[in-house]
Amino acid sequence: MAEYLAQYITPPWLAYLLVALVQCVLLLAVAVVVAGGYTWVERKVAGRVQDRLGPTRVGGRFGWLQALADGLKLLCKEDLVPGSADAMLFRMAPYISFCASFSVFLALPFADGWVAQRLDVGIFFILAVAGVEVFGVILGGYASGSKWSLFGAMREAAQVVSYEVPLALCAVIPVMAAGTMDLVSIGQMQTGWLSNWLVFHDPFTFVTFWVYFTCATASVNRAPFDLAEAESELVAGFLTEYSGFRWSIFFMAEYASMFVVSGLAAILFCGGWNGPLPITSWLGLTADNGPILAFLGNFLGACNFTAKACLGMIVMVWARWTLPRLRIDQVMTVCLKYCVPLAAAMLLGAMLWTYTWPNGLILKSVRLLPAASQTPAVSTASAPGAH
Amino acid sequence: MSLLTQPVGVAHYLVVGAVLFVCGVICMAIKRNGLGVLMGIELVLNGANLNFVAFASPFLRADGANAIRLDGHVIALFVIVLAAAEAAVALAIALNYYNNFVTIDVDRGDELKG
Amino acid sequence: MESIHWHSVFFLIMAALACLLALAVVLTSNVVRMAFYLVFCLAAVAGLFFLAGADFVGAMQLMIYVGGTLVLLVFGVMLTARTPFVSMRSGGGQWIMAAILGGALLTILLQAAFSVKDWAAPTDPQAALAIQQPTATPIGMGFLGVRVDRLSQPDPRLNQGMSGYLLPFEIISVHLVVVLVAAAYLARSRRRSSEGAPR
Repeated sequence: MAEYLAQYITPPWLAYLLVALVQCVLLLAVAVVVAGGYTWVERKVAGRVQDRLGPTRVGGRFGWLQALADGLKLLCKEDLVPGSADAMLFRMAPYISFCASFSVFLALPFADGWVAQRLDVGIFFILAVAGVEVFGVILGGYASGSKWSLFGAMREAAQVVSYEVPLALCAVIPVMAAGTMDLVSIGQMQTGWLSNWLVFHDPFTFVTFWVYFTCATASVNRAPFDLAEAESELVAGFLTEYSGFRWSIFFMAEYASMFVVSGLAAILFCGGWNGPLPITSWLGLTADNGPILAFLGNFLGACNFTAKACLGMIVMVWARWTLPRLRIDQVMTVCLKYCVPLAAAMLLGAMLWTYTWPNGLILKSVRLLPAASQTPAVSTASAPGAH
Repeated sequence: MSLLTQPVGVAHYLVVGAVLFVCGVICMAIKRNGLGVLMGIELVLNGANLNFVAFASPFLRADGANAIRLDGHVIALFVIVLAAAEAAVALAIALNYYNNFVTIDVDRGDELKG
Repeated sequence: MESIHWHSVFFLIMAALACLLALAVVLTSNVVRMAFYLVFCLAAVAGLFFLAGADFVGAMQLMIYVGGTLVLLVFGVMLTARTPFVSMRSGGGQWIMAAILGGALLTILLQAAFSVKDWAAPTDPQAALAIQQPTATPIGMGFLGVRVDRLSQPDPRLNQGMSGYLLPFEIISVHLVVVLVAAAYLARSRRRSSEGAPR
C-alpha cells in the first residue's frame, strides 16, 4: 500500500508516514470502539445478572447510546489532581497503561496476514508488552499520594507479577503444539474443522485453555481478581483519586487488554479466524481464487476472530458480576498453589504428548500444514518457559 | 541530515551503549538511595547488552562476516536473566537494610567504620 | 532529494530517547521518577534491540526487565519509602567528581567506538533493511546445544554438541532458582528484627 501511494505522493516518505498513520488510526478505532461498546455490554449484562434491565433510555431502545453518554459525562468532569500527588506521574500514568495495551494490537493478527507487524516472536511480544500495562496502574496508584491508591497499586504489582508466570507457561503449550511463536502461523495451522483447534489438540491443551483464561482474567485485573480496585475495602484502589478523562483512559486500557487476552485465547486455542466449520473454503474465499475473494475470506475471518474475542470478554463480564471478589491471599494462593503447578504439569504433559505423537493423534489426516518444521521449534518454545 | 539518509553502524549503537554505561556508573556513584544504586546497575547492564546486540547484527557493519551473530544474542539473554536474579537479591538486601536502619540511604550503613 | 533511511530515523528517535532518559535517571533525585524514567529508557533500549534485528532479545527485555525486574524495583521503592516521594540529594562535590569521572569515561568509550573501521556504517545502504532472519528458533536450539546457525563449522570438535549453550543454560537456570530461594529467605519477615531493630 505504501509503495502504491509513493507513486503519487511526493516526497515519498510522506506516503509511508500516511500509511503508518492510517494503520494506527484503524487499530486505535478498534481499541476505542471495543471499549465503548463494552461499557454498554457490561451495564446490560450486569443489569440482567442482577435481575434489572440495565440502561434502557439513551438512544431509543436498549440504551445503545449509553457508551456515548457515559463518555460525554466523563469528558465534562473536572480533571482533578490531588494536592499531595506527584503531578507529572499522576498525569502520565493513564497514558502509560493505554499505550501499553494499545501497542499490543500491533502484533495481534485479525485474519490471515491482517496484522500490523508480523513478528517472529509475536506471542512473546504480546505477553511482554501487555505486562508493561501494570506500570501505569502502579505509578498512578503511587503518585496519587493516597493510602488507598498505594494499597491498590501494591496489590496490583504483586498480583500481576505473579500471574505473568502461569500465563506465560500456558501460552507456551499451544506454541509448542504449533511449533512456532508466530501468531499468524499458529492461526493458519488451525485452518479447517473444529477438530483442528489447538484446544482439542490433546487433553493437556484443553485443560490449559481454562487455566489460561483464569490467569488472563487475573492479569487484566478483572473480577473476581480486581483487587487493585476492590471498592468494598479500598474505596476505588488505584483509581480513587482519578476523575473524568484520565479515569476513562484507564478503563479504555482495561477493556483493550481484555480484548487482547481474549483474542489471544482465540488465536492460541480456538482457531483464531478459522471458524468451527471451514466455511471460507466451502465458499471458495481462499487466496487461490484471486485477491478479492481472499479479501472477503479474510474479512469473514476477521469478523469471526472479533466475535470470538468478544465472546471471551462477555464471559469475563459475566464472571465479574457473578463471582464474589477473592481476598488478596486467596488470589496469590490461586496463582502460586494452583495455576502455576497446573500449568507446569500441563506443559510437561503436552511435551510428552508431542514427543510421543509428533503429528497429533486424531488430526493426522486433516492437518493441512506439513509437520516437518516442528522439531526445531519445540525447543524454541521451551526457551521462554524456562526463565 | 546525513544520519537521516545514511545507514547507522555498530559505532552508533556503541555510542548509545556508552552513554547508558556512563549514566549508570554516575548513578551508582552518587545516588544515596540504595534502590537508585540498583537502577544504576541496570543501566550499566543495558549499555553492555546494547553492545552485544549491536555486535551480533551482520547488517550494521562494513563486513557482515565479522558479526558474532547468535552468540551476542545469547549473552544478552544471559545478562537479562542474571539482572533479574540480581534485582531480586538486591531488593531482599534493601528490605533487610530498611528493617535494620529504617532508611534506605546507603551512607547511613557505616556501623563497621572504625 | 535523497530518500530517507527509515532504519536510521527510528534508530535516532530510540537512541535519543534512551540517552535522554538515562540522563534523567541520573539527574533526578526522586526515586519514583527515577524508576519511571528507567522504565522508558529500557523500553527504548528494547526498541533498539528490535532495530538491530534481535526480536527475541527485545521481547525478552520488555518481558523480564520492564515487566518483571522494574515492577519489583518499584515494589521495593513503595515498601521502603517512609514519606511519599522520597528524595535524597547528593552533595555538590560528589556531583563534580562524578561529572569528571563520567566525562572521562565517556570520552574513552566514544573514542574506542569510532576507532575501529569495521564498526562504521555498512557501505550498502539497504543492508539494514534486508529481510531479517528469525532469531527465536536458532536461539532456542542454541540453548539446547545445537548451533543451527553454524552448521558449517570448520572445526569438527565444535560440531559435536559442545559448541551450544546447553551447559550455561542449565547453570543459569539453577542459578536463578537458587537466587530466588535465597531472595525469598532474605526478604521474609522476622519477628525478632522488626521488634528490636528500629531506632
